[in-house]
Amino acid sequence: MDIQQLVFWTISLIMIGCAIGVIMSRNPIKSVLFLIMTFFTISAHYVMMNAQFLAIVNIIVYAGAIMVLFLFVIMLMNLNADTEPQKNTLVQFAGVISGGVLLLVFIAALKSSFAGIENQNINLQQASDIGLIKNLGQMLFTKYVFPFEIACVLFLSAMVGAVVLGKKEKELGQTSEL
Amino acid sequence: MFLLSLSLSLVIEKVILISVILGGSLGIAMYSTWAERKVAAVMQDRRGPNRAGPFGLFQPLADGLKLFMKEEIIPTLSSKFLFVLGPSLAMLMALMSSAVIPWGPDIVTSNGTISLQVADINIGVLFIFGVVSLGVYGIMLGAWASNNKFSLLSGLRAASQAISYELAMGISLIALVMMTGSLSMREIVDGQHGFWQDGYFSWNFFKQPLGFLIFIVCSFAELNRAPFDMAECESELIGGYHTEFSSMKLGFYLFAEYINMFVSSVILSSLFFGGYNYPGMDWVALHVPPILFSLIGVGVLLGKAIGFILFFMFIRWTLPRFRYDQLMNLGWKSLIPLALVNMLITGAVILWLNK
Repeated sequence: MDIQQLVFWTISLIMIGCAIGVIMSRNPIKSVLFLIMTFFTISAHYVMMNAQFLAIVNIIVYAGAIMVLFLFVIMLMNLNADTEPQKNTLVQFAGVISGGVLLLVFIAALKSSFAGIENQNINLQQASDIGLIKNLGQMLFTKYVFPFEIACVLFLSAMVGAVVLGKKEKELGQTSEL
Repeated sequence: MFLLSLSLSLVIEKVILISVILGGSLGIAMYSTWAERKVAAVMQDRRGPNRAGPFGLFQPLADGLKLFMKEEIIPTLSSKFLFVLGPSLAMLMALMSSAVIPWGPDIVTSNGTISLQVADINIGVLFIFGVVSLGVYGIMLGAWASNNKFSLLSGLRAASQAISYELAMGISLIALVMMTGSLSMREIVDGQHGFWQDGYFSWNFFKQPLGFLIFIVCSFAELNRAPFDMAECESELIGGYHTEFSSMKLGFYLFAEYINMFVSSVILSSLFFGGYNYPGMDWVALHVPPILFSLIGVGVLLGKAIGFILFFMFIRWTLPRFRYDQLMNLGWKSLIPLALVNMLITGAVILWLNK
């Protein structure tokens, strides 16, 4: 086992441990912290694959912005044990079924992707430069420019939607004060 | 896997460099606390610290000793692990962003070149941005773990402030990156070589005055410094997020702020004020040995950084604190549209110049 594999397995073990920690923690704050750790280990995997841009963007967007908002919301919640609503059996049943279906989809996706790899020779040297920001930018603005623009329009509409929702709430607040 | 194929000499070189940078940052942060009190005293017509040593120069040491000797109190109902993690994270994040700063020109010797930068990654600006966006965790975790309503409010204020101002900061940086064509700190600094180039100033400040203004306002907000220090507004929130902290844990929070101030001063001078470049550096390079040339570059960078630190202090002791809604209005309704306009103008000018 060379040092690269050693690093890979260490990061993977930490990642799986943190991911289990997310769903096993009783305290939502600890769940969020485990999730942040998971994002960091995912970023470490990106760095191992020489995709530095993806790694740092993953940290900025997920760990730096979205998870801060998560923490923000959770900190405002009342975390006493007795205020937590009891989940009924039907909800638990539905949860088990949807979780199982998701697992099935994951396994199917993994299996189909493994099927190609066994008899394919991947050129690691060539693959290792694709994640650098210059190559990524060139790809995004030439080959994949159409999906990229569609994603931009989607983000813009989401932003407009957020502004509209924010406006409405403010008007309601003003009327309730009166 | 090129990352792990490092030679021993490189590792030793980097370890020495990192130790010097860490020691230097801590030392400058330490004397920033002294300078802040002196500046405040001068501006308010007082004497300031003048008991410990000449001009009160040993005051930071005395303060440090006091913080170490004080009783360590962890509130009974707090989450102990997070309570300790908060100040540690604040300190860690404060020290991390110095890794991608180019501190001076490469030292070229007969045995090879020594780079005065810990890591020249091709996404240096994004790295700084990532560390800045993580910096708020230290405050948030410490504030929540204190189990104190005032601390919690302060943590929420700090978080929403940091998120709001990160956007404008990022957009103002995009304009800079569009102009330089690179995200590497080294290339951005090298692009500002000298002082006058191709019939115009080479420093980014003269090409991006609006971007600089937006960036410096956002740095004030990200640093949680006056006039944006709502998170530790003592008239409303007692001590803010560090109300429950005592001893060296409080010291870490206070100290992290000064380290952050130093590092962001260095980043400001690297991005907009030419970093280690100075007028007439080509002439100097020909007339002095390479090691001295590099050291002069480091000195110039530190000089600019100290200028910015003094600027941060002048602002703190001149302007009153914003109100919270004013802060949010400034961030969302003024700075972000301004930054977007700045980006648009930059793009148009680049297109026009390139035809």
